[in-house]
Amino acid sequence: MLAIACIKQVPDTTQVKIDPATNTLVREGIPFIVNPYDTHALEESLRIKDRFGFRAVALSMGPPNAEAALRKALSMGADDAILCSDRCFGGADTLSTSNVLASAIKRIAQETGEEVGIVFCGKQTIDGDTAQVGPGIAVRLGFTQLTLVDRIEALDPVNRRIKVRRKLEGRYEVVEAPLPVMITAVRELNRPRYPSVPMRLAAADAQVKVWTNEVLRMDANTVGLKGSPTWVSRIFSPERDKGEIIGDGLVDPTGTARLLIDQLLEKDLLAV
Amino acid sequence: MHPNPAIFTPLILAALAFFAWSLYRRLGLVTLGRPGYSFRGIGEGLREMFLYAFVQKRVLRQGFGFNHLIIFWAFIVLVVINAEFVASGIFPAARLAVLPDFFYVPIRFLSDVMSALTLVAIVLALVRRTIFPPYPEARTFESYLILCLIGVHMIAFFGVSAAEIAMGRERAAAFMPVASFLGNLLSGLSDKHIEATFNFYWWLHAAALIAFITVLIPFTKHLHVFTAIVNCFLRREEKPNTQEPEVFEKGRIFGAGQVDRLGWKDLFDSFACTKCGRCQNVCPAGATGKPLNPRQVINDIRLNLLANGPLLKRGGAATVPLIGEEGEGSVCEEAIWSCTSCGACMEACPVFIEHLPKLVEMRRHLVEMEAKFPEELLNLFENMEQRSNPWGIAPGERTKWTSLLEVKPFEKGATEYLFYVGCAGSFDSRSKQVTVNVATILDAAGISWGILGKDEKCCGDSLRRLGNEYVFDRMARENVALFRERGVTKVITQCPHCFTTLKNDYRQYGIELEVIHHSELIQQLLDAGRLKLNRQVSELGKIILHDSCYLGRHNDVYEAPRQVVTKVTGAAPAEFDRAREESFCCGAGGGRMWMEEQTGTRINLNRVTEALSKNPDTICVACPYCMTMFEDGLKDKQAGQTKVRDIAEVVAEAMRPAR
Repeated sequence: MLAIACIKQVPDTTQVKIDPATNTLVREGIPFIVNPYDTHALEESLRIKDRFGFRAVALSMGPPNAEAALRKALSMGADDAILCSDRCFGGADTLSTSNVLASAIKRIAQETGEEVGIVFCGKQTIDGDTAQVGPGIAVRLGFTQLTLVDRIEALDPVNRRIKVRRKLEGRYEVVEAPLPVMITAVRELNRPRYPSVPMRLAAADAQVKVWTNEVLRMDANTVGLKGSPTWVSRIFSPERDKGEIIGDGLVDPTGTARLLIDQLLEKDLLAV
Repeated sequence: MHPNPAIFTPLILAALAFFAWSLYRRLGLVTLGRPGYSFRGIGEGLREMFLYAFVQKRVLRQGFGFNHLIIFWAFIVLVVINAEFVASGIFPAARLAVLPDFFYVPIRFLSDVMSALTLVAIVLALVRRTIFPPYPEARTFESYLILCLIGVHMIAFFGVSAAEIAMGRERAAAFMPVASFLGNLLSGLSDKHIEATFNFYWWLHAAALIAFITVLIPFTKHLHVFTAIVNCFLRREEKPNTQEPEVFEKGRIFGAGQVDRLGWKDLFDSFACTKCGRCQNVCPAGATGKPLNPRQVINDIRLNLLANGPLLKRGGAATVPLIGEEGEGSVCEEAIWSCTSCGACMEACPVFIEHLPKLVEMRRHLVEMEAKFPEELLNLFENMEQRSNPWGIAPGERTKWTSLLEVKPFEKGATEYLFYVGCAGSFDSRSKQVTVNVATILDAAGISWGILGKDEKCCGDSLRRLGNEYVFDRMARENVALFRERGVTKVITQCPHCFTTLKNDYRQYGIELEVIHHSELIQQLLDAGRLKLNRQVSELGKIILHDSCYLGRHNDVYEAPRQVVTKVTGAAPAEFDRAREESFCCGAGGGRMWMEEQTGTRINLNRVTEALSKNPDTICVACPYCMTMFEDGLKDKQAGQTKVRDIAEVVAEAMRPAR
């Protein structure tokens, strides 16, 4: 049985700035990381592999440099890594992304001759923050979707049942479902493992399979920009007034603190 | 029974053969270790051996060390006496007495006096070990046995000599005050009794000697009489303030998870240890109740080698784990993680045993092979890899401290020094104040300097000490490439960790930077008159100076901060009881800065308490980690009136007009 983890390489958003002139992300020099929630999805697929002998496959859609994210998955212990990468996949919204990933998942099942048991996704990405791709995959594959999972309570591959706990606002919900399922992971699900050096060295030379649309053979109108009913018209940072430096905290910390409190009181920002 | 060559000869030859075989069996296990170690060469090695093995400079640092020096020199005399004893036991004519008086008399005189002194020293040692042991567990059977047998040896020597004097067979009797005194006591006895006395002590001497060579030397810590001397000769070429690099290729094993993964010198070290406990008495982890005991680590390595070595030699598998929770011969993981890499143990060891490299090798095994480490380190490792700083703050924020200043980027030709600000100096709000002061001082002295700004990366110190050599290696390569590309040759650091890493660790990557810590630079600037002070600082009150491990012990910078404080305040700083080489770690080194401290008491509180006992108004530090540890400790102790200041802040104070 297969445990497939869908991961995305994202720009490290804490470092992303928006170019005010063009309203686009300044990507230059910004390091890419594996979407943090996806690392939990990946870790859980590896735990399922370790405990139940599933075959763990890491899957991603993205530009060729997204290979780095999959290599990390291999260094953590994924059996296989597949990157769906084609110019025609570019500019995808969540609908066309889930189309491509769902089609890739079917193909993995076909190629390995194994059945998909669980698809793991992060609950959302830190760049798009839509939380739609996971459920989109589930719908397209006809899998039960179990979102916001923070614990797998029980898994019975023989009787094809899974019981998970969902972390909702202010409460938990324990649900049981028949396999196959799509699970989205929250941070509390696990602590991602740290790759050992031998695993990293092995992953450095391992093969990341790249699937273009020649492999997936999808209708060009259902993928990439063409298959995306939503598009971004503008990205902008909310305007903020420039702050003001008052006093000199290094020379006179007490006086400066007094000045600050006075101004905050004046502006009615502090309650006395 | 008379001394009888027919009985003695086979006995002593068998004993000597057993001795040689045992040493070969045990010390031969050292060859299981990995190759590679460079000592100081034969000339320098002999010098080290003379100073540290024969003059025992480090043993003498402790008051009671003198007692050991006496016993050591007695041992040297004993070698002569015993050589004669063995020779004459086999060939009765082979006696020192055949030598002319010119040689013979001084030897006999020395033997007499040294043996008497040794007996006194042995009694003192027995009393001391019983009443004031170096550490509580030091009262072992092994220790008492060794001391007693040395005593027996001396007593036997006097017995034999006194009997010979009483029989009138000793021509140097006049120069042997103690033996003569005893001989006079015997002279009232009949010849037969004197003869019997002689025979008894002669055989006692023979028995003691055989016990030494068959049991004590090969099988107890008394082996150190040979190995410790060799260890001094083999003192490492350079101060052990860095770690050996690793080569990252497929199929290799990283770190030491098994005893044969340690270096041969590491294994030899374990045979040179005599369990004196100096290392454990200065260890900050041990002093605060952590399970780390540097002496025990060395002992466990030896026990592990003895248990596994013969199997490993035959190509078998080890049965006792090197890293494991239970029993002798295993070092527990918590002990391995408790080390602050402060180096106090290595500084204290009289025979240059190096504890730290062994612990780092074990950390490497845990991190690199097993990915097993305290969970709080996961964030550190990820942050370092992703954002090249321990906190995981966006690298873009590295230059935030410059907002109030005009700071130039480093440019070859245009700027002389690179001011390598470091992660703490760039991101930690308290340390950023220090950075601003350093920058102000550099400008005031007219230094030409620049920064790498957003391109600066972490030096990787914590990673290397924590055993994450793989990521350290990558970061070091990146940094070295960056320094080369920008033409950096001279670097100013304000953090002893950056300082040691750039200066010592990066040399392994083929770059020789001229690295100077800000305390040294400020001292030079003051001495050269390039930095003008407006006044003497008095408002900081009584200043006590804390030596950072990586500035002091690891890099021998002790004077610069003291001289700076003296110049700025007009008075030498107050000193901790544990100062300079004996300075006590703040608790943050070796990557401990990023770890929880749950077992025992806190290391920083131990040091803060020591500081407060001297009633300082200001604790002067020269390291951002020490700054954090002291400030936290003072908060815990609710000693808010005591301030912590970096040396740069003390100097900057003197550059400002009086308030």
